[in-house]
Amino acid sequence: MPTPHNTEAAAPMTTAVLDHHDAPAHEEHHTSLPIDNRKLAIWTFIGSECLFFASLISTFLVYRGQSLKGPGPKDIFSVPLVTFGTGILLFSSFFVVMALNGAQEGNRKKLITWLSLTVLSGCFFVGMQVYEFSHFYHEGLGYTTNLFSSSFYTLTGFHGTHVAIGTLWLATVLKDAIKGRVPKEKALNLELAALYWHFVDVVWIIIFPVVYLMSLGS
Amino acid sequence: MAAHAAAHDEQVHATSAKYIQIAVVLFALTALEVLLYEACFGHLKASMPGLAAALGPYFVQLLLILSAFKFWLVAMFYMHLKFDMKVLSWVFGFSLLIAAVVILALIALFTYNRTLWWFTGKW
Repeated sequence: MPTPHNTEAAAPMTTAVLDHHDAPAHEEHHTSLPIDNRKLAIWTFIGSECLFFASLISTFLVYRGQSLKGPGPKDIFSVPLVTFGTGILLFSSFFVVMALNGAQEGNRKKLITWLSLTVLSGCFFVGMQVYEFSHFYHEGLGYTTNLFSSSFYTLTGFHGTHVAIGTLWLATVLKDAIKGRVPKEKALNLELAALYWHFVDVVWIIIFPVVYLMSLGS
Repeated sequence: MAAHAAAHDEQVHATSAKYIQIAVVLFALTALEVLLYEACFGHLKASMPGLAAALGPYFVQLLLILSAFKFWLVAMFYMHLKFDMKVLSWVFGFSLLIAAVVILALIALFTYNRTLWWFTGKW
């Protein structure tokens, strides 16, 4: 229960908080570390995601070659299609880093151009995965067909979901950029989304050789 | 506050030219991965049997090295770990270490169980 003393003390504090929120550059978060809280938070989140994908990748690896019936990787995988998708995802990382460069320079045109390319790349990759999954399904590889299908769909499906979420996140930043709401001082908003996007890319850098090339080469 | 500002000032990221160079290297490494697969097990195997025989036994190791290098390039330059505060590298590095332990432990556990089943006829 607030005492008169506490109420008096709280009043200037409330005013200070309101003033802080009214400030035009609401980007600096004062912390005991010389780093923005949100950046540390996204890196910690990325760290937890490493463990998530590590468990999915190891599940795929331990069930590799254990399926009692087909179809198997050699019956259905298409290296050219996945290589093309991999190239697109790698280039999308380059596109987003160029967009961030534009945001940090305060170059709105550069930001919007490269960010649009990134969002398009994300949409293309998700589309490629939807096409791949539907093709596999019509080839007779359902989610519960065998151990390979369950572990493959779970791993690549979760990755595809991450790509879809990243694309949506970047699309919202693009919308803000088009409306002129991503000035140089708010480049961190894009940097956080870009870090998540790069993480999704590095996960695919592992999935592509481990899941596709090694399965075909074994 | 001063330290915060100093940290921001120190964040001198790579130039656009550097980002382009890294994109080209990443693309070349991906092409090399696919070429390695094609040479060892794909369409090029018949035309280059000597290369397939030489690289085939090291296929997995070579792929892992190439992907690890690609991973390092993206993390260091595109994710700016090379230019950002060291604490972020520690957070990510520690997570990767635990992730590697999880993968190795699960593989070891399942391999051990399968060996046990092979010798005793039951899990």
